[in-house]
Parts: sequence; C-alpha cells; structure tokens
Amino acid sequence: MNEAVSLWIEVPVALLLAMSGVFTLLAAVGLVRFKSFFQRMHPPALAFSLSSWCVTLASILYFSAQDDKLSLHAWLIIIFLSLTVPVTTILLARTELFRTRRPGQAARSTSPPGSGPH
Amino acid sequence: MSDLLFAAIVFTLACYVLAMALALVRMVRGPSAQDRVLAMDLIWTVGMLLLLVLAIRYRNSAYFEAALLIAIFGFVSSASMAKFLLRGEVIE
Repeated sequence: MNEAVSLWIEVPVALLLAMSGVFTLLAAVGLVRFKSFFQRMHPPALAFSLSSWCVTLASILYFSAQDDKLSLHAWLIIIFLSLTVPVTTILLARTELFRTRRPGQAARSTSPPGSGPH
Repeated sequence: MSDLLFAAIVFTLACYVLAMALALVRMVRGPSAQDRVLAMDLIWTVGMLLLLVLAIRYRNSAYFEAALLIAIFGFVSSASMAKFLLRGEVIE
C-alpha cells in the first residue's frame, strides 16, 4: 500500500509542481508590475487556471500511483474553481467600470482634473 | 519520497510563499479597492494550492477537504466584496 512510488511517476509529478510554482510566481509579478487595473486582471488567471490544473494533475497522478487505484477527488477543486472564478472576474470588471464612470468625474484618469463637467 | 520530488516540492512552496508576499504588496499599496479584492483572490487561491502540495508532501489526502473549504469560502468572500463595491458606489 504505502510503498515508494516509482520514478516514472515522480518525475512528471515533480515537473508539474515546478511548473505550477513558476506560473504562480509569474502571476504575482504581473499583478505587482502592471499599470492599469484591466491589465492587472489578466495575470491572476494564470494562477487560477494553469497552476491549479498542474497541481491537480500532479496530485491525481501521485495518489493514483500510491494507492493503486484511480483517485479522482482532486477534480472537485478544479471543477469548482473553473465555475466560480469567472463570476468573481466579471463582478470585479463591472466594479471597475462603475467606479470609474461616476457622474461628475472623468471616465478615466487620463484627462486632467477640473476639465470634466462639474 | 525521492530527493527529486522533495526538491520540487520545496521549490514549489518557496515560489508560492514569494507569490503570496508579492500579492500582499499589491494589496497594501493597491490604488483602488478592487485591486485589493483581486490581490486577496490571488492570495487565497495560492493558499489553496499550497495545501494541495502539502497533501502530496505528507501523503495525506485529508488536506483536500481543507482546500475545498478554502475554495468555497474564498469564492463567497470575493464575490460578496465585489458586489458590495458595485452596489455601494452606485447607491451613494
């Protein structure tokens, strides 16, 4: 039951985990460095989709090889995440649109203050 | 557990912790409130992935339930905060 997993399973698991770590780090760097909010909405999608898929596949591979049966319960997390992340993304995008389009204020911060209708 | 998988897990956990620190930087100095909500969204997602990696590290599948709970409550909190930002500014 709890014997060592063979090397042919551990190498893909290690590669998938390292890939997910690198992509999550790239997502955080993009979140810090990008200029506007709509640009900053894109890098976390890398962590929400690609990193989550890598970790889920790695855990399914590892636990299936360890228990000698197909253990698919990690799919629940990726299914739930793929259902809920677009909802949050759309709500945040609409929030940005509404909060920058209030009446009496310029739509974007590119126009100088005082030039809009007050 | 071989040395290769152990090194990969340590590398992944270090990347996750660094990513959470960078997202915390954006959360502290984010110019608008929705930036902070987005940074918090990334932070709970990375925390959930960290629990999944720890499940592989300790060969214990009990971490999946904790990760699922983090996913559920994180979605509820992010969606409710975004909804509050949306309606609060429209009403005022």
